[in-house]
Order: sequence, then C-alpha cells, then structure tokens
Amino acid sequence: MVDEPPAIELRGLARYFGERTALRDLSLRVPAGTTLAVLGRNGAGKSTLLRILASLLRPHAGEVLVFGEPLPRRGFAVRAKLGLLSHEPLLYRELTGRENLRYHARLHRVDFDRVEEVLRAVQMERRADDPVRLLSRGMVQRLAVCRAVLHRPRLLLLDEPRANLDPAAGDLVEPLIGRVSGATRVLTSHDPRAALAEADLVLALRDGRTAFLGDPGTLSDAQITELYA
Amino acid sequence: MRTALILLRKDLRLELRTLETVPAMVLFALVTIVIFHFGLNQNAIDGQLAAGVLTVTVLFAAMLGINRLFVAEREQGGFDAFLLAPVDRTAMLVAKAAALFLFLAALEVIAVPAFGLFLLGPSLGPPLPGLILVLALADLGLAVIGTLVSAIAVHTRARDLIGPMLGLPLLIPALIATARAAGPLLAAGHPASTPPTRWLEILALYDVVFALLAYAVFDFLLED
Repeated sequence: MVDEPPAIELRGLARYFGERTALRDLSLRVPAGTTLAVLGRNGAGKSTLLRILASLLRPHAGEVLVFGEPLPRRGFAVRAKLGLLSHEPLLYRELTGRENLRYHARLHRVDFDRVEEVLRAVQMERRADDPVRLLSRGMVQRLAVCRAVLHRPRLLLLDEPRANLDPAAGDLVEPLIGRVSGATRVLTSHDPRAALAEADLVLALRDGRTAFLGDPGTLSDAQITELYA
Repeated sequence: MRTALILLRKDLRLELRTLETVPAMVLFALVTIVIFHFGLNQNAIDGQLAAGVLTVTVLFAAMLGINRLFVAEREQGGFDAFLLAPVDRTAMLVAKAAALFLFLAALEVIAVPAFGLFLLGPSLGPPLPGLILVLALADLGLAVIGTLVSAIAVHTRARDLIGPMLGLPLLIPALIATARAAGPLLAAGHPASTPPTRWLEILALYDVVFALLAYAVFDFLLED
C-alpha cells in the first residue's frame, strides 16, 4: 500500500518582494485532514504563504509540494483540489451572488445544484439575486465562503475566514470551512487563541521566519504575547 | 474554447450591466468626428483623407476600451479567481480579445454612419461591404494588440499612460494598412468596389503575427 503524501510539504521556502524578505527558510509537513494555524503579526508573511500554496505566487527558493505535486510546475493539477478564502472576496460587484457563483461553477465544472446547495447552507438564497455591491460585508463574506468551497476542495486556505461574520453567520459557515468539512485546512486569524483552538499544528512567523512550529498545546501564553508584541 | 466562452459571457454581462466602456467609446468617436469637421474646416472629405480620419477616430476610441479591458479583473479579484481555476490561461486572452472585438464592432455600427453623415462626401452605401471587411481585419489587430498591451499595463501604476504609449506605436502598421485599404473605397467620383488586396493581405498578416505572439507570451503576463 502506497503512503498518502502529506497535504503540504515545504522545504526551505523563500520569497522576496524586491529587497524585502517575505518568507525565508520555511520547512514543514502538514498531514492530510489536519489543520495548520499560521500566526504572526501583520506583515509576518502569512498571506504570502497562503498565496504561494494557492499557486498565485512563485517561490524564489525551496520546494513546495501540495498533495505530492510540486508548485508552481504542477499548479494545474493542484488548483482543482484547493479553495482560497482571502481578504478579497473575488466576486464581481456588479454581478449578483448567484451569477458570480454560477460563473465559478462553470470554471470548475461544477453543476448549478451545488450553487444552490451552498447558498442554502449560508442562508443566502433570498439575497442571491442582488448585485454583490448592494450586500453587507458579512453577506459578501458568506458568498466568498460559498465560492471557496463550491468545488469541494481537499485543501482550504483560509485567510481570516470569519472576518466580518457575526457569531450566527460564523455558525452557518462552520460546516463548509470548519473541521467537519474534512478538508486539510491552513488558517490565519487575527485572534490567535481562536485559531489555536481549531489547530492540530501551529506555525508562528516572525519577519518571514519560523518562530514556532509544533503542537498548539505547547505554545505558551507568554510566547503568544511575545509573537504579537 | 469552452472556458473562453464562459469568460466572454461574463465580460459582456458586466458591460451590459455597467455600460462603462462602449458608450464612452462611441461618445469619444462622435466628438472626434465633430472636431475633425471643424478642425479641417471642410463640410465633406473623401479618399485617403477620409480613410485616415476614420481610422484615427476608431483607433483613439479603441484606446478607451483597451485601458478598461482588465479593470474589473484587477480591482475585483478576477485575476486571482481565474488563476485559481483549473483552466487553460490562454482562454483569458481569447475572451478579452473577443470582447474588445465586439466592443469595436458596436462602436463602428454607430460611428461609421455618423462619419458618413457628418464628414464623408461620397455616399457610404456602395463602399460599405468593402469597408466592413477592412474594419473587421483592423478590429482583429486592435483586439489582439489591445489585449496584450492592456494585460501589461494593468499591473503598472501608470496604466492609463502605459496603454497608449505601448499600444499606439505597435498599432502604426495596422493604421497604415487600414487607411490605405479604405482610401480607394472612399474616393470621390469613381470609388473602388473592393479594397486593394495587397493592403488587406498586410493587415491579415499583421493580425496573424500578433495573434501568435500574444498566444506565446500571454501566460507569462498573468504570472506574479
């Protein structure tokens, strides 16, 4: 029997923006089905890491493997397996929520029944025919969740996934992006304790370097405070 | 081709919803025709001068569409959403070029009759089939070059400047060929019934060369 490759494997990953180093010498393995919480202050490199894993950015050094496929060379094979929920909802403001989701469904070859299924899951069926520009930020975030999970990705890259969501809306999206979704998850959060509660593994970044990598239970309050100081 | 049609449908729907591009191109062309009318101080022009005025009007109006071609993708995350999908990235080149071609066709449906009414001396009726052929080939070149230039410019801060600065020099051969092909059609007295084959061939060759070039480099333009 062949061992399943880890969902994510990084070996000496580095990425620069001009003179600035966004990530350097980053190595880790994330087993399939687990949750990695990425912590760090603003600008620590969290979003850059997520964009590299989504094959939207090229690494400048090191290796990135997603489900055993090297990025960016095998990006085409990986993209169908991952869903990205970023700071931007990636929705056209002049189109309705339903039109946006149907557009993404066509690109991912997903049937329209799935669109209705996710809209129902986040209770957006009744506002799905309104242009996105008329919706509240919370509603737009719910639609963004729908977009990210429309094609049932095996890897979810979640950048502040509960931003703009009230507790009730947070509960609505839980089955789609929470642990019960069954997907491997990489998540960032402005609330480190909330992220730790969901995590099996923690990566703390400081200035693009690994400040901590390990079990969330072994990360002390003092370390968390120092990380965000 | 399937992906290109999905993108094209989305682009046309966005344009119908916002009416941001084609009406601006049409208004610009109409104003330009009026300006030429007064600037040349002539009630009617024909031949090579008429062909040059029509070509320059279409070219400048096209720059408005070229500058706006990727704005929704850049401002609303359309690039990322597309790049996250397991699809051939060249589909975006085909879809954007097709959208620009259709925008130019819509522009010309209004601008060419207006040109015939306000500025052209000879009747527009007899040369119209030949003129449609010339403009279709010119639009193809404009659409391909315009998409390429717009994809480069959209990632820069000075994109409104970069578009025309890169696009206009690249489009000079198409401008020359279009004006030379249309000139005999718009001549007073005994206009040609068909455009000169030589200039049509040059225009078609120009279209093919830049279509191949755009196909070769477009993927790299979408990279980070």
